[in-house]
Parts: sequence; C-alpha cells; structure tokens
Amino acid sequence: MSNFVNLKRRGFNPEGGHNSSRRSFLQYSGAALATSAILLSGCEMLEDYIPPKNPNFPDKVNLGSGDIGILNYAYALEQLEAAFYTKVALRGFYSGASLEEIRVLDDLRQHEVAHREFYEAALGNKAIGKLEFDFSSVDFSSRESVLQTAKTFEDLGVAAYNGAGPLLKSSDLLVVAGKIVSVEARHAEAIFDLIAPNEAFVDFINDGLEEALPPSQVLQMASPFIVTEIDASNLPKS
Amino acid sequence: MDFIKLFNSFNIENKSEEEVDIYMSRKEAFRKMGSLTKKVALASLPVAAFTMMPKMAFAKSSDVVGVLKFALALERLEYQFYIQGVNSGIISNAHQNVFISIREHERIHVELLEATIQSLGGSLGDVPSKFDYTAGGVFPSPFGNYQLFLALSQAFEDTGVRAYKGQAPNLIENDDLLKVALQIHAVEARHASQVRRIRGRKGWITDEDYDGIDGFGGTFMMASSAVYAGEKNTKHAGVEVTDVTTVPVMAVREAWDEPLSMEMVLDIVKPFIVS
Repeated sequence: MSNFVNLKRRGFNPEGGHNSSRRSFLQYSGAALATSAILLSGCEMLEDYIPPKNPNFPDKVNLGSGDIGILNYAYALEQLEAAFYTKVALRGFYSGASLEEIRVLDDLRQHEVAHREFYEAALGNKAIGKLEFDFSSVDFSSRESVLQTAKTFEDLGVAAYNGAGPLLKSSDLLVVAGKIVSVEARHAEAIFDLIAPNEAFVDFINDGLEEALPPSQVLQMASPFIVTEIDASNLPKS
Repeated sequence: MDFIKLFNSFNIENKSEEEVDIYMSRKEAFRKMGSLTKKVALASLPVAAFTMMPKMAFAKSSDVVGVLKFALALERLEYQFYIQGVNSGIISNAHQNVFISIREHERIHVELLEATIQSLGGSLGDVPSKFDYTAGGVFPSPFGNYQLFLALSQAFEDTGVRAYKGQAPNLIENDDLLKVALQIHAVEARHASQVRRIRGRKGWITDEDYDGIDGFGGTFMMASSAVYAGEKNTKHAGVEVTDVTTVPVMAVREAWDEPLSMEMVLDIVKPFIVS
C-alpha cells in the first residue's frame, strides 16, 4: 500500500514498536473491521489517535488525529450540509421555488446525504457520532435565506476541502477528497447561478484561485449552525 | 517532458479496465451512428484517437515539474480557447461576463504555472503553446457556432477538473503546490458547472454525459465520451456507496467526480495540439 512508503520515511517500523497500539486497536475495532476494510488496511491508521466511541448524539465529539481526524472533519461538514438540504426538502422548499431551483436543491440533498453516508461507512466505529444542528437563523420559507445559506455552506465546503487536502497523508484518501470537492464546487456555482444568473464568479476568486481554509477557521465559521461541541485539537496542523 | 515522445509511447498491450471502458464506449458510439456515418467518422476522426490507446502505467511520471508542465499545457489550451472565443464576438451578451471571467482565471493559472515551473528550474520550451481548435478540421467553426463553442468549453473544463484530480497524488509531498493545485482544481469545477448550466445541463456529470456530448456528430460524441470515461464509478475508498445509502444510484454517480490519468487526458487533448 502506498501509505507504507510514507510511513517508513516518517520512521515507522512495521516490524515492531507499534505492536501494543495494534493490539489495542484491534480490540477496539472489533466488528467494524468489516465495514471499513480499506481504511483499516492502511497501515498508517494504526498510529492515528482513535477518538473514544461516541454515543449516537453526543454532546461533544473529538474528531481524532491523522487522516482519520480529517475524514471525521469532512464527515462533520457533510452532516451539516445534508441536514440543511434535508430540512429544505422536508419544508417543501421555499414558497415560489421554481422547478429548476427544486431540481438543484434536491440534487444537492441527495449528493450530500450520499457523502455523509459514505463517510459514516468508511470510518466505521472510528466515526464521530451524529451531530446536532441549529438552523434557527435560516428562514426556510424565504428563497433568499435558503439560497444564501446554501451558498455559505457550499463555499465553505470547498474552502474546507482545499485546506484539508494537504493535511492528508494517504494518496488514496487525497483522491477521494478530490472527487468530492469538485462536486462541492459545482454545487457552489449552481447555487450562485440561481442567486445571480450569469454573473458567475464576480463575487469571488479574483485571483483565479478558490479559497483554502484551515479546519479551525472553517469550524469557527460553521459553529453558529452546530450545537454539538467539536474538539478539533488533535487534527494535523500541517 | 517531450509530448511527442510521450504520445508515441502508448502501447495497445496491457489495457486496463478503464481503457477497455473507453474502447467499448467508442465502439458503442459507432454502433449508434450506424454504418454509413461510421465510415465518414472513421475518415475524419483524428488519427490519434485510434493509434493511442492510453496506457495507465505512464502516470508513474510523477516528477513535480512534469506535472506542472502537463497542467500548463491544459491551461494554455483553455486560455487561448477563451481568448479566441471572446474575441470572435460569438458569445451571447448574457454570457459575456462568464467567459471573460473564465478567460482571466485561465490567464492567471497560466502565469502562475509558468512562474512556478521556471522557479523550479524547468523550461517552458517543450510545453505546447500552439493549438488548433478545429482539431485538424473535425470542427469546421469552433468560433462560428456558439453551441459548438459551449460544448468544447464543457469538454475542456470537465477534462481539466479530472486532470488536476488525477495529478494531486503526485504533489502530495509538496503541500504548497498541492494546495494551489486544489485551488485551481475547484475553479475549473466552477467553470464546468457554469458552462454546463449555460448549456441547459446539470452542473455535475450525470447520465446524459457518459456516452459523450451529443448534437455535434459522431466524431465529437465519441471523442468526448473519453472525457467521461469511468464517471459511473460508485465505489470509493473501498466503500460501495450504493450499499450504504438509499440515495438513487444516479445521484451517487453524480456526487463524486473521478480522476483521469495524464495519458488519458493527453489522448483527449492531442487533436487540438499543434506544437
């Protein structure tokens, strides 16, 4: 596995030294091994901090460290987006929503739910629990409120993935993150196109580059919508 | 990186599953065209499409400057395309801002890549800089037919997204370059989404794309099917997503963009490269 090369360079000795962590890791993982086979087969995960098992709706979550931490971070953001679009749909969309707007918002709901469920399965029992959200600042009957919130989430999601990509150690996971971030960018543009048709790109990327933000900043920007306390202190910094 | 040598290095042996996928979709496109149009298309198709089945193993060319030169070739292809497009006057008034913005983004990407390659001691001389958007006459008037211009734009942008994604692992040891590549990658995705929406399509790659872009003849459809090869994939990091969600398969396919290897991208853009 490609991770192995990275590990060796970073001084990990597969022959010894990590046996105890491997044992406790296996004890901990138990049945979840089957559901997240690929992630667990990455040797690299062994040295990652594994967050304590969370109840389904914990008051507080710890994202963990290493690549697992980054995946949990992405999982948290996908939960936020999925919850938002699900609520938009459950409210029957805003009054006066056009067919095109409904089509876009419902595609986004389906994509974000798929992303969320992918991360949940991929992380197995290393996944943080289900987060609780607060959308009280959103007026779900208002087109402007819904679309502006969608824009906030999509722009933030793109910036988050761009900032997190270089923090990943595994090439395979980098590609997976890349597969998702471009779809988030497609979303961001579609939402912006609904808000301001054909005025594309005028409000951002003057320098031709999309935003890239560190997790601390992203989580702070998302915090008004997230009730569950998120501890990101173990995430890689560089 | 010598592009010509690179093109000649492709080998029909040892095709991967994805290559076979492309080959089959081309065959399928031919089948749909029927036998008469088949002959016409065969005659007009750029030779490249047949002589160069891409070889996945080439992606081992992972040196950073080589990757940046590859990206520069694609950005130059796009930038000059939009210069000519905007100058041609063919773009509808409603979309002027869009394409001027895209042109400016591509200009910035070109300049950024050129400066970076040079700062790393690379030369720009062997990176393609002359392009033929008729692809050797296959498209008689790329700047005279707005719908064709839009279709080519979509193909270039969707290819660009997949190309950057495919090279990200080759930059993983250099966080600064990787970050910039990701920042460009997402901008290309924004472009793709916008252009697709102008064309009345979804902003994300979906059902209607897998067989290629239709409406401009069999050659374009077949060639553009390579732009979307492998996009039906629903398995990521070992997780078959359709097994863990109730979301419809089509939405799962849409929700992930797939990477393309360097040689698959070159196969797509080769007909447009003069030198």
